[in-house]
Amino acid sequence: MAERSFAEGVKKLRLGDGDVFRGEGILAVTKALLESGVAYVAGYQGAPISHLMDVLSDAQDILAEQGVHFENSANEATAAATLAASVNYPLRGAVTFKSTVGTNVASDALANLASGGVTGGALIIVGEDNGERSSIMQERSHAFAMKSQIWLLDPRPDLPSIVKAVKLGFELSEASRTPVMLQLRIRACHVHGRFVASANQRSKFTLRQAMENPQRDSSRIVLPPASFQHEQEKLQQRWPAAVDFIVKHQINEFIAEHAGDLGIIVQGGSFNSVLRVLERLGQADVFGRSQLPIYVMNVAYPVVSAEVLRFCSGKRAVLLVEEGQPNFIEQNIASILRSAGASAALHGKDMLAPAGEYTAAELLRGLRVFLTRYGQLPPAPHPVIEIQPAAAPVQARPPGFCTGCPERPIFTAMKLLEREIGVHHVSADIGCHLFSILPPFNLGNTTMGYGLGAAGASALNATADKRVIGVMGDGGFWHNGLTSGIANAVFNRSDNLTVIVDNSYTAATGGQDILSSTADNTSRSTGHAIERAVRGVGVDWVRTVDNTYDLVAMKAALKDALTTKVKGPKVVVAQSECMLNRQRREKPLQRQRVAAGERVVRERFGVDADTCTGDHSCIRLSGCPSLTIMPNPDPLRSDPVTTVLDSCVGCGLCGEVAHAAVLCPSFYRAQIVSNPGRIDRWRQRLRGAVIGWLQRRGAAQRARWAF
Amino acid sequence: MDSAQPIKIAILALGGEGGGVLADWIVDLGEHNGFIAQATSVPGVAQRTGATLYYVELFPQAAADAAGAAPVLALMPLPGDVDIVLASELMEASRAIQRSLVTAQRTTLITSTHRVYSIAEKSALGDGRADAAALLAQTRAAALRFVGHDMAQAADAAGSVISAVLLGSLAGSGALPFTRAQFEATIARGGVGLAPSLKAFGAAFERAQRGEAPAPPPTAPAPVGGALHPQVQALLARAAQGDSDQVTAMIVEGLRRLVDYQDTAYAGLYLDRIDALRSAGASAEVLRETARHLALWMSYEDTIRVADLKTRGTRFERVQGEVKVQPGQLLAINEYMHPRLQEVAETLPAGLGRWLLASGWPRRLVERLVARGHVVQTSSLRGFAQLWLVASLRRWRRSSLRYQLEQQRIEDWLAEVRRVAAADPALALEIVRCQRLVKGYGDTYERGLHHFGLLREAWQVRIAPARLAALRDAALADDSGQALRAALQAGA
Repeated sequence: MAERSFAEGVKKLRLGDGDVFRGEGILAVTKALLESGVAYVAGYQGAPISHLMDVLSDAQDILAEQGVHFENSANEATAAATLAASVNYPLRGAVTFKSTVGTNVASDALANLASGGVTGGALIIVGEDNGERSSIMQERSHAFAMKSQIWLLDPRPDLPSIVKAVKLGFELSEASRTPVMLQLRIRACHVHGRFVASANQRSKFTLRQAMENPQRDSSRIVLPPASFQHEQEKLQQRWPAAVDFIVKHQINEFIAEHAGDLGIIVQGGSFNSVLRVLERLGQADVFGRSQLPIYVMNVAYPVVSAEVLRFCSGKRAVLLVEEGQPNFIEQNIASILRSAGASAALHGKDMLAPAGEYTAAELLRGLRVFLTRYGQLPPAPHPVIEIQPAAAPVQARPPGFCTGCPERPIFTAMKLLEREIGVHHVSADIGCHLFSILPPFNLGNTTMGYGLGAAGASALNATADKRVIGVMGDGGFWHNGLTSGIANAVFNRSDNLTVIVDNSYTAATGGQDILSSTADNTSRSTGHAIERAVRGVGVDWVRTVDNTYDLVAMKAALKDALTTKVKGPKVVVAQSECMLNRQRREKPLQRQRVAAGERVVRERFGVDADTCTGDHSCIRLSGCPSLTIMPNPDPLRSDPVTTVLDSCVGCGLCGEVAHAAVLCPSFYRAQIVSNPGRIDRWRQRLRGAVIGWLQRRGAAQRARWAF
Repeated sequence: MDSAQPIKIAILALGGEGGGVLADWIVDLGEHNGFIAQATSVPGVAQRTGATLYYVELFPQAAADAAGAAPVLALMPLPGDVDIVLASELMEASRAIQRSLVTAQRTTLITSTHRVYSIAEKSALGDGRADAAALLAQTRAAALRFVGHDMAQAADAAGSVISAVLLGSLAGSGALPFTRAQFEATIARGGVGLAPSLKAFGAAFERAQRGEAPAPPPTAPAPVGGALHPQVQALLARAAQGDSDQVTAMIVEGLRRLVDYQDTAYAGLYLDRIDALRSAGASAEVLRETARHLALWMSYEDTIRVADLKTRGTRFERVQGEVKVQPGQLLAINEYMHPRLQEVAETLPAGLGRWLLASGWPRRLVERLVARGHVVQTSSLRGFAQLWLVASLRRWRRSSLRYQLEQQRIEDWLAEVRRVAAADPALALEIVRCQRLVKGYGDTYERGLHHFGLLREAWQVRIAPARLAALRDAALADDSGQALRAALQAGA
């Protein structure tokens, strides 16, 4: 079960003609897919389209009603390859993943798909995770669109525009026999808004029809001579067909085209921010009525030369707002203007930042430079927004492991082990476990991509006195790590250790199920143990630690793997359920049991402030959000003491750390018994009588000397 | 062109703190009361305990109808252009100011004033906290209007979450054109945890309407009162030596600690040591800091002290409150103890302890017994008895090995302070403050003691006070001692 449930939200997918849909961007995309008569959907989760996968998962009954087949793909390459069903058959298909990391993985299939072309509409919905808080390298999906000739839609970030882009995307794909990529920036994925819905459509052609009446056309397959023909066909037939369609349906917008001799060209995705900035500069109003001509490129690729020339004719200068680098569109437009001998000056990354996110503040700065240069704004200084120096340093809040996370003790064990056998090179992976590279653990030397933790250690496979540790999550393992990491290590006779973090979900993307999940999933096959898969590809040295919180066992397994005389790849499967998911499941159950009068024991940890000396070793070996500090109640001391918040879930790590690292006796574990039984109460009375008497005696003695 | 503007609201929250719930409430509130609402966020990995920004715009439907067009709403705030900023924590409010979301011209800033410490603040070896008073002062000054109090505490008191308190404060501030009933209807539509949410909302609403409560008077120092034991009276009389009030207050605090720790005679030893230092010509500041650090060192944390503190009735009550035991529930308390050979030997009479440490098989036997940590259930008869017996060793503490070792260390340290007290008060002060390194238990204690030894070597050679202070900071910079080694080398 995923972290976020859309069980309520998906009801909106049944809305009919004229109903008003209110909700989040990704839910609107799903509705648009149904309205477009999609026959199959597939994808791999990752911000910001994880929720799109969750919506589809939660909407499986609605999808089934519509005859839509839905796959949780093994990875993005699988998702992209799924679109093969649209090559020979008039089936509309959509796949979704995180870009550009997912697009990287998918690109082999995408290139093959784009070369042969499609019959049914093929839509690739990519979620862009750029700028603020992004967890990936900053690159553009645009490059993939250009290299494989896949059309790229970048619609204005409001629900009506996004829904329209989905529908037109399928039509464009069919009209030009080319797959279409729909790019959604992170804020657009999560935007709450509204649009007027239409009725859902069933695919006229079904998957069953395709399976029972197979069609083939060898000219669609990438093999000579067809592959050379594809290249010609792309330029001579598909490109013109696409341009015709884009122009005919006015997908790109001209606003106040003849309002002056200056103009702004903007990708649809940046339109709202640009408009807000123009409004601030007194050049437009909130309804999008502008005093400056604007050309909105809802299609980022291909650039329609005729439209660009039309917009630039009679203009002194245009400013292109193109987020991300390299500046593909700027180069493209420059070439169009130059070839046509157009006189308009082209500005772009000379006035706006050459790299980085185009925040509202950056756009305000850049547009002001442009409009001042050409006299649209007076050169007089405008009120400048000043960044205020912070009174005290405002500190970064890097993401970290959640309260009670079972991955934390794995890294605590590594940290403690460092004290015994020294520092090791750690090849990290993608997933929650990558938080190990941040404080307080500071473990991990490189990360090469999802599932590539073990692969990243491949070269470090020489004769040496220390082994290298590769880390991999269960998500990455099933995504590709089993072959790219484990099988590779077997074949190349690696002597290194791979730690596979098995928390039963792809936790970082929102807790989706995978093959090794232990939960019962009515529509997917789970329960396939990682250890069996690892042994299956030939690893003999495998240890499964089925309780990562057992620091002694965890440390022993790691130490054994790093020091054993046995040659060959070592694998430690560190297995405990993701605490976020576990709590989501168990907390309501516990509440029910308490309400029903059953005996329930809740555990949590605490710290005695009067024995805590404020050294915070415990925090440096854990970093749990519920483990924090508070002012020292002792008038003689000034360093803050450690304290445990009530959000503590009693995972037990604090106690294990106190023992293993011989820290301090300040931690206690409280067991709170709801609805205690008769024996509990009887025992409590006895204890209360004896202990209470001794305590009162002690207190009376102290009172004699008190002052 | 139309001059209509949406209402712009930014919410700064920490992952898992309900910023999303708050944004959803505001959207629902707007949509049910004649506004077009747009909201968005950048969650991603920030959901895992990082800082998150939610941004909401509300636009009156009537204005859109009049214009015959749909407004184009923004997905990110433009600096200087935000009407309302809600922050779930003080440093997040400060972050909003730093990002220029809060301006004195237009912004209502609604923030909780409590602190959720960042990992850097939490993991410092000593005190790594940002200056909360400075943060608060800046936050108050930056906005057109400031509504703030400790909303975490308020949420706790209502058994609810901070988002409900923020919503109540927003409603009470009057910054949005909606009535209290309209706000409450929104909460009711949400359904989950209704009663506590409404309670938290209501309290915050009223508080925001009332304006700020006057700050509570500062708590007076613990009074010296009641019928005093004659020996205590004698100690207090000795403490009043005509030092400044601050010095005397610190000495009294030290006495209180040591009487509680051992007995009045031990407190007398404390006064003897202070007197000796005073005679050596120590400044008031050195005296005050010594009073503090000496009391801390003399009340070193041995097994006896830990057992004593853990078994007290007041401690049982405190734990009950901390873990929120409700009537009808029972509580069991389990301690994590890991005494090592060292601690066992040092609790024994000095001769016996030394013999054990130097012995062959007895030492190995004890080592094996204490190889792993133990969990002691203090709330059970057996566990309590164990700790109570250890605590009872207090009367023989003076004969223990640890006592001998610590008193020797204390005397050595004080001798150094006395040596330079008159001639170089600044250095004396820094030497006194080095006691801060000697704290904790087990590995932590040994590391601290080792660092203290390195610093002593440094100051015995001849050292500028500022350099000693810098070395001390370096000793507190990391666990491994790397920073201290580097600092020592840099000066060598």
